Amino acid sequence: MKHIREADILKNQPIATDLWEMVVEAKDIADTATVGQFVNLYIGKGELLLPRPISICEILKEKNSLRFIYGVVGKGTKELTHKAVGEKIQILGPIGTGFQIKEEIQDHIVIGGGIGTPPLLELVKNLQGNVSVYLGFRSEPILIEEFEQLGAKVYVATDDGSAGIKGTVIHLLQKHTPTAQMIYACGPKAMLAALAQWAAQKEIPIQVSMEERMACGIGACVGCTCKTQKQGEEDWQHLKVCKDGPVFWGNEVIWYE
Amino acid sequence: MNNPTLKIQIAGVELKNPVMTASGTFGSGKEYSEFVDLNKLGAVIVKGVSSTAWKGNPSPRIAETYGGMLNAVGLQNPGVDVFIKEDIPFLRQYDTKIIVNVSGKTIQEYCEVAEKLSHADVDLVELNISCPNVKEGGITFGTNTAMVEQVVKEVKRYCKQPLIVKLSPNVTDITEIAKAAVSAGADALSLINTLLGMAIDIHKRKPILGNGMGGLSGPAIKPVAVRMVYQVAKAVEVPLIGMGGIMNGEDAIEFILAGATGVAVGTANFTNPTATIDVLQGIENYMQRYGIGDINTIRGNLR
Ligand SMILES: Cc1cc2nc3c(=O)[nH]c(=O)nc-3n(C[C@H](O)[C@H](O)[C@H](O)COP(=O)(O)OP(=O)(O)OC[C@H]3O[C@@H](n4cnc5c(N)ncnc54)[C@H](O)[C@@H]3O)c2cc1C
Ligand SMILES: Cc1cc2nc3c(=O)[nH]c(=O)nc-3n(C[C@H](O)[C@H](O)[C@H](O)COP(=O)(O)O)c2cc1C
Ligand code: FES
Repeated sequence: MKHIREADILKNQPIATDLWEMVVEAKDIADTATVGQFVNLYIGKGELLLPRPISICEILKEKNSLRFIYGVVGKGTKELTHKAVGEKIQILGPIGTGFQIKEEIQDHIVIGGGIGTPPLLELVKNLQGNVSVYLGFRSEPILIEEFEQLGAKVYVATDDGSAGIKGTVIHLLQKHTPTAQMIYACGPKAMLAALAQWAAQKEIPIQVSMEERMACGIGACVGCTCKTQKQGEEDWQHLKVCKDGPVFWGNEVIWYE
Repeated sequence: MNNPTLKIQIAGVELKNPVMTASGTFGSGKEYSEFVDLNKLGAVIVKGVSSTAWKGNPSPRIAETYGGMLNAVGLQNPGVDVFIKEDIPFLRQYDTKIIVNVSGKTIQEYCEVAEKLSHADVDLVELNISCPNVKEGGITFGTNTAMVEQVVKEVKRYCKQPLIVKLSPNVTDITEIAKAAVSAGADALSLINTLLGMAIDIHKRKPILGNGMGGLSGPAIKPVAVRMVYQVAKAVEVPLIGMGGIMNGEDAIEFILAGATGVAVGTANFTNPTATIDVLQGIENYMQRYGIGDINTIRGNLR
C-alpha cells in the first residue's frame, strides 16, 4: 500500500528573497522518481487541508534525498519556512507524468520562468548533447551556476534588467533565435502559451510543465484539469494535471478559451 | 469486550460498517485503493455519473478556504456506459457495497442513468439533486419541494435498487425537502452536499474559481451538517447518511448521535488518503471506550 511518509528535513534555508531551498531524506521517492515529477507536501496545520504540490528540483539518489525550491507565496509555504532541520515533513510521491527524454535527440532548449526554473535542473542533468537554457526572472536569478556546471549554455533575462538582458525569455529567444530538436519549459501559463506559439512557428516540439490548483493530488477528484486536444482527436478534453501531467505537449494544450 | 457490531442497514442493504466515501471525492475508488483496503469500507459512493460524458467546468476548480475548500468541478465524468463497463468490475473485486451517484440536467437524463444502472451490478443508487456547480439540473431540482417530488417519483420508476436522495443545504428549511423526497419514494437520504460559496482573488479582482462560485466542503461546514442531520432525523423515518466535514471518528460519532445511520468521508480524503480507515478506527475506539456493543444503539441517542 502507498502511504504518506514522514521525511527527515536535512536542509531548509532561504536562497533569495521569498525563495527557500529544502532537502529531505526520502529514499523510496528518490529511487523511483523521474524527471519532471512532483510531490505533495502535507502541511498538517489545522485549517490548511490540502497538500501543496512542489516539483522535484533534484533527485539526489546517492544521498537518498530530494531537493525542492519553493517560493513563499501564502500560508502553506510560509508554514514550510518554519520547519527546522531535524524535524519531519509529511510527503507523498513521486507524482505525475514528467518530461519525456529521447536518447536520439541531441539538441535541446530548456526554458524556465521564475519559480518554474527548479525542476529544469534535474531535467538538464539527464539530457545528452547540446543544452541551451533560457531563464527569465522578475529580478533575482537563481541556479545559474548550477546549470553552467552541468555544461549548459545559460541566457538570462530579468524584468528590471538587474541581471542579463532587460525583458522576458521571449525577448531572449527573439535575440538569439536558437534552434533545437526539442524544447522543454516550465513557468507561468502566459509564458508557456507564448512559447508554444513560438515553438509552433519554428516547428520544434515543446513539452510544457503546467500548474493547476489541486485537491487530492492523486488523480481522484478531477480538480486540476488542463484543456487539451490530442493530435487526431475530434474533440477537446479536460486532462488531469496531477496524473496525465504536469508535463504536456505544447501543441496539445488549448491555451485560450 | 467482544467484537462490537458495526453493521448497519440502509434500505434493506447491509453494510459491514457505517463508513462510506462521499461522492466526487474518491473517484471510483481506483486511485485510493492504492492507499486504502477497500474491503474495510462499508460502501464506496462513487463520483457522479451522467447519461453522456460531461466535460465539467473551466479551471481553476479548487480553492482552499479557512478550514474548508471550494470546488467547482462541475461533475466531469465519462458517462454511465463507461462507468458500468470499467468501474463496476473494478469495485466488485472488493467486498464492499457500491453506491452510484447519479447526475442529470433534465429529469429524463436522471431516468436514463437510473434505467441503465437498474440492469447493472450496483447495490444502491444516490440521486444528486443538490450539486451547486452545474447551470441546469443539479441543485435546481433539490431546492423546491414540487421539483423534488417530481424527479424522485420519475426516477423511482426506473430504479431497481433502493434509492438514496442527496439533499442540498442551500435551502431555507431542509426538513420540507426531506419530507418531499420521502413522500415521493426515497428509501434513504444523504446529507449534506456542499454549501454554495465564493472566494475572490483581491490582487486580480476576480473570483478564484473559473466558474465564479463553488461548493464549500470540509470541517468548516460540519456544524451546519450536524444540525441538518439532527433536524431531518426528527422529520422522517428513513435511514440517513450524514456527511460534511468528517475528519475523524469523533466527527462521525457526532453525526450518528444526531441521527445518521451511516457516514461519508469527503474532503478529509484529500488531507489524508487513509482518512476513511482512520474514521472507522476512531468509531471503534469510541465504542470500546464507552462499552457500546452495537453502533445502532447510539443513533440519535442524545441525552
Ligand atoms: C505540479 C506543480 C508543481 C509545483 N512546483 C513548485 C515548485 O517547485 N516550487 C514552488 O515554489 N511552487 C511550485 N508550485 C506551486 C505551489 O504549489 C504553490 O505556490 C503553493 O501551493 C502555494 O501554497 P501556499 O499555501 O503558500 O499559498 P496559498 O495561496 O495560501 O494557497 C492556497 C491554495 O491554493 C493553492 N495554490 C496557490 N498557488 C498555487 C499555484 N501556483 N499552483 C497550484 N496551486 C496553488 C495551494 O496549494 C492551496 O491549496 C507547483 C504547483 C504545481 C501544481
Ligand atoms: C471535489 C468534490 C467533488 C464532489 N462531487 C460530488 C458529486 O459528484 N456528487 C455529489 O453528490 N456530491 C459531490 N460532492 C459533495 C460531497 O460528496 C459531500 O457531500 C460534501 O463535500 C460534504 O462532505 P465533506 O465536507 O466531507 O467533503 C463533491 C465534493 C467535493 C469536495
Ligand atoms: S488534484 Fe485531484 S485529480 Fe488532480
